[in-house]
Amino acid sequence: MSPRRAVITGLGVVAPTGIGVTGHWEATLAGECRISPVRDFDASALPVRLAGQVDGFEPAEFVENRLAVQTDRWTWLALAATQLGFVDAALDPAKEDPFQLSVVTASASGGNAFGQREIQALWQEGPRQVSAYQSIGWFYAASSGQISIRHKLKGACGVLVADAAGAVEALASARRQIGRGLAAVVTGGTEAPLSPYALACQTSQGTLSGETDPARAYRPFAGDATGHVPGEGGAILVVEELAHARRRGAPQVYAEVAGTASTHDAFHVTDAAPDHTQLARAIRLALERAGAGPGDIGAVFADGAGVPALDRLEAAALREVFGARGVPVAVPKTMTGRLCSGGAALDLAWAAQALSTGIIPPSVNLAGRDDLDLVTGPREAPGLTAALVVARGAGGFNSAAVLRRFDA
Amino acid sequence: MRRVAVTGIGVVAPGGPSREEFWQRIVDGKPAIRRISAFEPSGYRSQIAAEIDFDPARYGLTPRETRRMDRFVQFAVACADEALADSGIEPADRDRVGVSLGSAVGATITLEDEYVVASDHGRDWVVDHRHAMPFLYQALVPSSAAAELSVRYGARGPAAVVSTGCTSGIDALGHALQLIQDGEADVMIAGAADAPISPITVACFDAIRATTPSNDDPEQASRPFDNDRRGFVLGEGAAVLVLEELEHARARGADIYCEVSGYAARANGFHMTGLRPDGFELGVAIADALDQATLNPDDIGYISAHGSGTKQNDRHETAAYKRALGDAARDVPISSIKSVVGHSLGAIGSIEMAACALVIDRGVIPPTANLHTPDPECDLDYTPLVAREARVDHVLSAGSGFGGFQSALVFSRAGAS
Repeated sequence: MSPRRAVITGLGVVAPTGIGVTGHWEATLAGECRISPVRDFDASALPVRLAGQVDGFEPAEFVENRLAVQTDRWTWLALAATQLGFVDAALDPAKEDPFQLSVVTASASGGNAFGQREIQALWQEGPRQVSAYQSIGWFYAASSGQISIRHKLKGACGVLVADAAGAVEALASARRQIGRGLAAVVTGGTEAPLSPYALACQTSQGTLSGETDPARAYRPFAGDATGHVPGEGGAILVVEELAHARRRGAPQVYAEVAGTASTHDAFHVTDAAPDHTQLARAIRLALERAGAGPGDIGAVFADGAGVPALDRLEAAALREVFGARGVPVAVPKTMTGRLCSGGAALDLAWAAQALSTGIIPPSVNLAGRDDLDLVTGPREAPGLTAALVVARGAGGFNSAAVLRRFDA
Repeated sequence: MRRVAVTGIGVVAPGGPSREEFWQRIVDGKPAIRRISAFEPSGYRSQIAAEIDFDPARYGLTPRETRRMDRFVQFAVACADEALADSGIEPADRDRVGVSLGSAVGATITLEDEYVVASDHGRDWVVDHRHAMPFLYQALVPSSAAAELSVRYGARGPAAVVSTGCTSGIDALGHALQLIQDGEADVMIAGAADAPISPITVACFDAIRATTPSNDDPEQASRPFDNDRRGFVLGEGAAVLVLEELEHARARGADIYCEVSGYAARANGFHMTGLRPDGFELGVAIADALDQATLNPDDIGYISAHGSGTKQNDRHETAAYKRALGDAARDVPISSIKSVVGHSLGAIGSIEMAACALVIDRGVIPPTANLHTPDPECDLDYTPLVAREARVDHVLSAGSGFGGFQSALVFSRAGAS
């Protein structure tokens, strides 16, 4: 690999746990479950009633009206997270060579509410009523494009789709671009999948939880898990070349991006793999590329599907690599629901903060398990030097990333 | 740095439902554009498109598969089958085979069709999910297309969909190139597919007047670089290339079309749809791609243009070539096959790269159809109307898309660089 080292110098979080990394981390450590009844419409006819929602998000605080009308909520969340990430990193893109900066986001479902509104206009009122912004608001590249334009990021930009594993793919791509000469790449992802049609599309998976009690709806690794709760939001990370971060005096380095890997089950487009071979291989490859052994990993941020068959595969993969109860396993997304493209991005942000603070964030609503050391309350881990993020996408995508504590 | 070869090609394009039929079509310069048949286009500003008469059975797709797969996925599978058969590859280690598929708009046809049913023709904002088809999530999230390919070929390496709008087809190949260069895969099934000829897509381009309103004479309507051009013609299709680490390809005695010698992407950071006339960022991308290929501007023997046929694109692009190539821009033959197969959004970048590989292989440069009266501001050699024979060692392809993305890719005859 390239000797150019990629480090995380800024975190921009817009998630059910909070807007901005400080409030998000406080809510995280407090173990506040932010899963609640679907807010924007009457979901009583749907087989899913609960979602992780970003409360108190005022688009106008982050997106001027002219731009807000051109974009979906998904892009507002991404623009907000990017702005917060740059502020957190104290990186002003206007002071950098624009060709040395870029954005690579994960994207999965695009501008859902925007697209639904315009298709409705087309079918109810005719083609002349479709917005001039439909062509730029709905498609999967909208967030990367708008982020690039707003901040003048002119290096190699990207958009990767790998369902809920996408943000790890995006991080890997960001690292490749740093290796090829860029100074900083903003990466991660957001999702806004709670509009009526997007939710209807998700019901076809059969993996959404029908529970109406937020404390019982999304309990990955529980024997009686009932599926998952969808959520909105995500995170944008500022990934920077180490020497560049040092030169400009970056206020902090949360962690180093030490290794990433991805594999595919190549089994079935909807069904779970018959075994955990490819998931375990992704984890081992990421460790190998990070130059780390299982004993070096002090925390795993699990994918946590919440579907018993998928949870069993993940637990088996973790047992195979780390041994039974061989590593602390955190599923903080039990507080937010699964954010698809935003989910792995938020896990990367949690992992980065765990490494910089020495505290592993909690999983909520979970009981202990004999074979997994589930982190059910905030856990002090002063010796934490490396963390693993595991992410899976529907259809067989497996990704893993190792972040390492940065000791200046 | 590990080098990357192209060892297989599959194409499904308008008027060219296979690699060889596609090649013949673009060499003949015979536009495959007609009044839209996918739906009744009366009431739309642009009523024409480059459509494929796609028969899934011809490609061995079962009824079960066609129910599950959106049209763009069917295109991708048909192309990947052809490309893999062409490459003759039987990889020993499928852990080292990955998938990189570009698509700008994914399964819009399925999403719109199912929406119309579930919402009672748009009457209900809160749609009735019980009317939704079983595979609707796979339509919502287009990475399902990459999963289809990984499953079909047992490819257990990295897989993703690349969705950078109209540069997706170049960027998906670039993504695959970088994965092989960095040792994360030895073989990548790489390309792009789009099937955007649906009411919502046609309406959204109508709304910004990006597509041509010249409905009366469809075959004459896609006119890149011509003074009478009035916008692009929407198309559909796919191309898949087998990219393979060079030594891996040589070791198995593969026929090598060419090497992927340089890739670069930039963004204009300016506007989602607007282009500055100076072509600056596209020029930077082209110069970087040449640099990676260690080529001089006059080494390039052919340029496959983005050439969408919008007023602003063709001038922007002309400026970018002059900026990046200097005097050599005046001597190199350039053409836009969008004049024949239309603009299939994310797919077209890979279709054009398939054409580029065939240009090196066959020694023929396909023409720009309908280029009768050049725009005085598009004053380069855009190979009007008639194909030319030429030995070409290095080809450049450029792409430009919504979001401000600008990409360039260089293919070189194996051993020529």
